[in-house]
Amino acid sequence: MEQIIDIVLLAFMVVTAIAMIRLRNLFAVVMLSGIFSLLSAAMFVVLDAVDVAFTEAAVGAGISTVLMLGTLALTFRDERPATRADWPAMLVVTVTGAALIYGTLDMPRFGDPDAPIHQHVAPRYIVDSPREVGPPNMVTSVLASYRGYDTLGETTVIFTAGIGVMVLLGSVTRRRRRARPTTPATPAAPAPPEGRP
Amino acid sequence: MLETVLGLYNYWIVIILMMAGFYTVIARGNLAKKVIGLNIFQTSMFLMYITMGAVESGTAPIVAEGATLYTNPLPSVLILTAIVVGVATTALGLALAVRIREAYGTLEEDDLRVLEDRQDTLRDTAATQDGEQPVSP
Repeated sequence: MEQIIDIVLLAFMVVTAIAMIRLRNLFAVVMLSGIFSLLSAAMFVVLDAVDVAFTEAAVGAGISTVLMLGTLALTFRDERPATRADWPAMLVVTVTGAALIYGTLDMPRFGDPDAPIHQHVAPRYIVDSPREVGPPNMVTSVLASYRGYDTLGETTVIFTAGIGVMVLLGSVTRRRRRARPTTPATPAAPAPPEGRP
Repeated sequence: MLETVLGLYNYWIVIILMMAGFYTVIARGNLAKKVIGLNIFQTSMFLMYITMGAVESGTAPIVAEGATLYTNPLPSVLILTAIVVGVATTALGLALAVRIREAYGTLEEDDLRVLEDRQDTLRDTAATQDGEQPVSP
């Protein structure tokens, strides 16, 4: 039963991704990316990674969608139809994909309990973490204790990204406010050659 | 044969999704669409890690009565970090897109290239009028 749900959900994800590539209306694409994130969250539940599932549902489907909608509000709703041939990209993608699929033939089969990934540190986390750290949830123990420095690094990355976004967008709003009484566009930015909506 | 296909199905779908994201990044000219493609690529990577961590008939890695086989908690932890970092990079990429639209009035790569070329030519002609040699590109 689990296997069937797994197959169907992954097939849905592929369909959603292809629809996202083909659609030119960016609003629809953003909505589909929310659906894509929710499908992946459902997939994580099927694969027993519940912590990842609710983070993906909250952050991937929630915050990412809001960020993208905000960007659309500040930029354009539509993407211009392609002007150049896309067969070189198709070729690159097909060759890379084929090489990667060839690489998977040596991977341990799905759900194999003897796979190398389960042999090294994972048993220690599973057996000892409830006693050594305390919380019954092993993911929490590893995140906050065994690999706490990773989480610290993650926080640093978010902090840096936050500063970057503030620096980039702060100047945008300031220039807008300053430019409003006089000419709207900055002198270095002439209008694009083809008029866009 | 069927066992191989079922055992590797998840990885193959991950690769198809990864290539879908890759294609969006290299073949589409719109910068916002490129960021979305990057997001697809990211999610496929998350799926790959979680697939590797899954154990047949295992349960979620939370201590419970009667549970003996747990899935691997380590990929979950790594991917939790990756999801949050992914959103941070998405936000930065989208902010850059907004900033580029503000400066150039477009998000299409082709237009941006034309505008850049035109600015370079303008700078060169201005330099020649001042009696200097134009800087060769």
